[in-house]
Amino acid sequence: MQLLEFLSRNKAEFFTLLGEHLMLVGVSIGVALAVGIPLGVILTRRPQLSPPILGLANIFQTIPSLALFGFLIPIPFIGGIGARTAIVALVLYALLPIIRNTYAGIQGVDPAVREAGRGMGMTDRQLLFMVEIPLAFGVILAGVRVATVIGVGIATIAAAIGAGGLGVFIFRGVATVNNTLILAGALPAALMALAVDFLLGRLERRYAPGGAGLAQTRPA
Amino acid sequence: MMTIGDPVVELRGVGLRLDGEKEIVSDLDFDVRPGELVVLLGRSGSGKTTTLKLINRLLLPTSGSVLVEGVATTDWEPTRLRRRIGYVIQDVGLFPHFTIERNVGLVPTLEGWEAERVRERVRELLDLVGLDPSVFAERYPAQLSGGQRQRVGVARALAADPPLLLMDEPFGALDPLTRLELQRELARLQDRLNKSIVFVTHDIREAMLLATRIALFQDGELVFIGGPQEFLDSDEPEAMAFVRALQDTDAVR
Repeated sequence: MQLLEFLSRNKAEFFTLLGEHLMLVGVSIGVALAVGIPLGVILTRRPQLSPPILGLANIFQTIPSLALFGFLIPIPFIGGIGARTAIVALVLYALLPIIRNTYAGIQGVDPAVREAGRGMGMTDRQLLFMVEIPLAFGVILAGVRVATVIGVGIATIAAAIGAGGLGVFIFRGVATVNNTLILAGALPAALMALAVDFLLGRLERRYAPGGAGLAQTRPA
Repeated sequence: MMTIGDPVVELRGVGLRLDGEKEIVSDLDFDVRPGELVVLLGRSGSGKTTTLKLINRLLLPTSGSVLVEGVATTDWEPTRLRRRIGYVIQDVGLFPHFTIERNVGLVPTLEGWEAERVRERVRELLDLVGLDPSVFAERYPAQLSGGQRQRVGVARALAADPPLLLMDEPFGALDPLTRLELQRELARLQDRLNKSIVFVTHDIREAMLLATRIALFQDGELVFIGGPQEFLDSDEPEAMAFVRALQDTDAVR
């Protein structure tokens, strides 16, 4: 009850922070898609690159988020205090699931389908856009879902470097030992993560093998 | 059967060696003439499928040359070459996210045919392979039986009216009755359309039923080529082994 009271009294600030939070996640996922999907596709064409690139993306994943934000601050151009640094960090976290799932999804396309496409005279580009990406779509979407849910969580920590978002309430609550404030940041963030998970999950099932969006992959 | 005209496919001393390993095929020399159905027969791993892939340039020879319509595959633009060659494989490789209509119409669409012409062509082809277009055109591959999918595979290979078809054990995964049915239909289709076909199988009965000539492969080499009767009369040891297998199955009955 205290929570609802707090939120209704601070409606304007809440919606500003919520908007900032959505912006941080949206922009970083957008950039991660623009970088990660092409990278994943390149890995399927040059598999020898996959250990170093996936390894590097994996390393970013293991750095604690607070530490990564801290590391980035002194770096020129991408660093500093504010949303830009936070977005760079969020992109780095989102890359691994997107690259990995793009790569795995395309690798998982039935070799007979790929051979038939090539044998029928599809160019590499036609094979990619007409066959491989559509068939890998469900798997790629699963990666996007994981990346987005992680992003919503990590974006709360972005408040520590002045990037705004729902984390502002949380840090303020921790500093003033005020549970209501902590909840005012944490609960909406958790709900946002659940909502993203639910919506992308539904979309994913539609495009998964056997779903309604695509007919099944080749049955035995 | 005598055939006239220049060969559609010519292999001249063709060999393929991967990364300094043993040759997968070596010193292949044979022609495929217009209207002829050449069966590549041999045990698993004898180089039959490799030979097919050398013809549509999925592989390039490391020695000798493969000529299609008189032009070396190395000089063909790969996609142009492949669109002139129908390709049917055992796993069919239908696109699971395309309707049957889109699957069959793929090469004409890639070739830039108008939508209406593609649609008509698809209907004609589905009729030709014994599938009612009004029933099957809008279905997805997963909704078809194995035999039906293979019929679609044949229709798709014929779509842009290629002079040459390559078929890699197309009926290998089917039950014996469906297989026989499709073999008979292919023989009829072959009489009617007069395509040149290169057909890979390890099944001697299938070879005897379909072949104008049989090319027998053993360990990557061509050990015999000739008509079915010549094959039966051959004293080539591998040919005799296949003929014995044929007689053994007859003797069981």
